[in-house]
Amino acid sequence: MHVCAYRHGAAGPPQSASRMNDLAPGLSSAARLLLGADSELWSVVALSLRVSGTACLLGAAIGLTAGAWLAIARFPGHAFVVGVLNTLLALPSVVVGLVVYLLLSRAGPLGALGILFTPTAMVIAQSILVVPLVAALSRRLVLLALAEGGDQLRSLGAGRYMTALLLLLHERFAVLTVLLTAFGRAVAEVGAVMIVGGNIDGVTRVMTTTIALETSKGDLPLALALGVVLLGVVALLNTAIALMQWRSGAPREALA
Amino acid sequence: MKAPTRQTLISLHDAQVSFGDMQALRGVTLSLRRGDRLMLVGANGSGKTTLIRLLHGLLQPAVAGSMQTHALVPEGRTPRGAMVFQRPFLMNLSVRWNVWLGLWLRGVPAAQRESLCQQALQRVGLASLAGRRARELSGGQQQRLALARAWALQPDILFLDEPTASLDPGAKREIEALVQDFAAAGVTLVMSTHNLGQARRLGTRVAYLEAGSLVVDRAVEDFFSGEDLPDPARQFLKGELPWHT
Repeated sequence: MHVCAYRHGAAGPPQSASRMNDLAPGLSSAARLLLGADSELWSVVALSLRVSGTACLLGAAIGLTAGAWLAIARFPGHAFVVGVLNTLLALPSVVVGLVVYLLLSRAGPLGALGILFTPTAMVIAQSILVVPLVAALSRRLVLLALAEGGDQLRSLGAGRYMTALLLLLHERFAVLTVLLTAFGRAVAEVGAVMIVGGNIDGVTRVMTTTIALETSKGDLPLALALGVVLLGVVALLNTAIALMQWRSGAPREALA
Repeated sequence: MKAPTRQTLISLHDAQVSFGDMQALRGVTLSLRRGDRLMLVGANGSGKTTLIRLLHGLLQPAVAGSMQTHALVPEGRTPRGAMVFQRPFLMNLSVRWNVWLGLWLRGVPAAQRESLCQQALQRVGLASLAGRRARELSGGQQQRLALARAWALQPDILFLDEPTASLDPGAKREIEALVQDFAAAGVTLVMSTHNLGQARRLGTRVAYLEAGSLVVDRAVEDFFSGEDLPDPARQFLKGELPWHT
């Protein structure tokens, strides 16, 4: 059990004290950073949202297309591809970071692009992380919806792939939940962005890498403040989707 | 509008359909003529739904035997088909968009879609609910919307798979009246039903299926007179349903 070594309400804990695991003073300082509109904090938050948001959009475009196609396609090796996809759901982010690093490093096949240690590299790494998630979950959604409405859409004249895409539209609130899950994975991961972004101050420093860095430096208030923002972002997205669902009258199970 | 000729629209010869080890249709031979109101009757699992899906073209790859669809005379084009299922699948969109979607999928020009939507919804009495979410409608209204979606496609053949099976008596009557409207407009009907009274009211022909085989196919009066019917069909008429698993 750690002991609090500094007074509550002080302007900020000394470095030696901040190493202690005392949550309350850390949170209090974090609140001051948040309310004080700390520019460093908000620039880190903005970059995180931009990188993860872009990665999710890219991942959604590829993942939804692939998931819809895998739900209706039949070809030799289909079961193997689905098995691989499901395995990739547990893809470790550091492995993705390592692979992207090797591809983008100066000696790598894509080294000429010169994008290692840039937000673009981070977007690529996070996209690779979320594509299997979006593809596997959307494939599942389409498969379930196909049983209910596949034949009826085909009888209206939809081809197989169009049927799958229409079913994604039909299940759009569940799709939004999938995308929220993907965003959650992207914005919360640290390994891949640390490796391919390099955690460069003001350039590639995002919430998770800052939390890792500041914790190792003992600056808990900034780390905690970013943690609060991270949770807040996800809570905000969840609320937005719930509101959309409520306004559209979609069944509650869609978000479950 | 009465069909000018009794031309054959679809000929089925020795059709067989299997799902894995289960044979759903066994050597069915049947002709569907223009203006027919063909009622498919039989116990659960007798192959009615499979036959309807086959005739509508939803089962093409699983078929042995042959099926031919003939061009309309004098129009010279392939007959358009539409199908209404026992439980209509409605997109999580408004009533109007559900009809619009069917037109879009069939490649109806954009300029015509709006008016066809409107006409179809008026026909089934849902025009005032065009902006309502389709999934909020009652069971009977949902089935009427499915009929509107079919109506908008201006089909030559309408396939109905037990369209009133899960509806209350009032909704059943509404759907029957709409089906009669289709028939009166010259649309050829193929409908499966467990309701013999309904088959009698709506049909001109009755086909009885048992265990995937077509046992008898007769004009409605001949079927219900019961004369010279094969034993299984007579038993079915008397309410002694054969049990198949």
